Amino acid sequence: MSVRIGVVVFPGSNRDIDAVNALEVAGAEPVVLWHDDASLDGVAGVLIPGGFAYGDYLRAGVIARFSPIMRAVSSFAADGGLVLGICNGFQVLTEAHLLPGALLRNRGLRFVSREISIAAERLDTPFTDQLGDRRALRMPVAHGEGAFYADEATLDELEANGQVLFRYVHDDGSRAGGEEDRANPNGSLRAIAGVTNQAGNVAGLMPHPETAVEAVLGSADGLGIIASFVSSATGRGGFAGAKPVAAAAGR
Amino acid sequence: MTFDVRFAVNVRPKDGILDPQGRAVEGSLGHLGIAGVSAVRVGRRIELTVAAADDRAARSIVERLASELLSNPLIESYGIEVLGAASSADSESSARAGAPA
Repeated sequence: MSVRIGVVVFPGSNRDIDAVNALEVAGAEPVVLWHDDASLDGVAGVLIPGGFAYGDYLRAGVIARFSPIMRAVSSFAADGGLVLGICNGFQVLTEAHLLPGALLRNRGLRFVSREISIAAERLDTPFTDQLGDRRALRMPVAHGEGAFYADEATLDELEANGQVLFRYVHDDGSRAGGEEDRANPNGSLRAIAGVTNQAGNVAGLMPHPETAVEAVLGSADGLGIIASFVSSATGRGGFAGAKPVAAAAGR
Repeated sequence: MTFDVRFAVNVRPKDGILDPQGRAVEGSLGHLGIAGVSAVRVGRRIELTVAAADDRAARSIVERLASELLSNPLIESYGIEVLGAASSADSESSARAGAPA
């Protein structure tokens, strides 16, 4: 029996179908969760997809933060449940204070929609443990507000805690530079493309691994991330956040 | 009994945070033939009416809104302006000097 993973849909989400497809490719059973629901329906992991939740009014992700489903996601995360936010989902998780930092307007001001490369900083996390080795992963970005920002002290702390999960890299795997380097599409500080919380069970990234899971989509490099998440959620089915399926997940 | 107070919340990028919008505005000044303008920062102004028992209660609602929703304290700072009481009878009641902005 495949593991059930929730895909949160807000008004304005638009990568939810891509997320559903990616989860199916990775062998999971996607469960669509509506923003107005207060229950996670017993899923073993939660994926918050990309889009423009609530029109991205005020600031990207902020209004979504106060939706009923996000209260459920917060307590699920507090219980150790796995949560992955992609693009707008990453913005939602930072606004909800489930992840550190903030995503600012791209330094170049332009909405950036093209393929880039990232590499995992760590291969021992629930989101990267199926990647096998550290290499450049090709996948698209599509966002206007993706410049990762935190103050210097917080950045140092993230590095020291191993919370930097992905960085933008050149095709040879070397770390991207600042905003003048095309490999860093939005001017993220220290070329950070994705982070985790301190406990390591919540992660977010701006690029779109879920739209790079099959060769026909141009790249399958994102599948390792989705597959890591799915297999880790399978192993963690017993977390308190996943009540109704806790028993089933062990079979 | 409540009365209405009209507020404005001015949200702006914190000092030291790069503001690409401000930079773009600054970059356009040359096209207008304007020189000598610098340090442009683009923020956002939200105006709202609050019904509360007194000025202090109204202000504390606005403080909460400003810090939890209207601004992101990591990257933005805000200031609160009282635009006026919608009900004139209360004009000299309770201190406006409540919490600092």
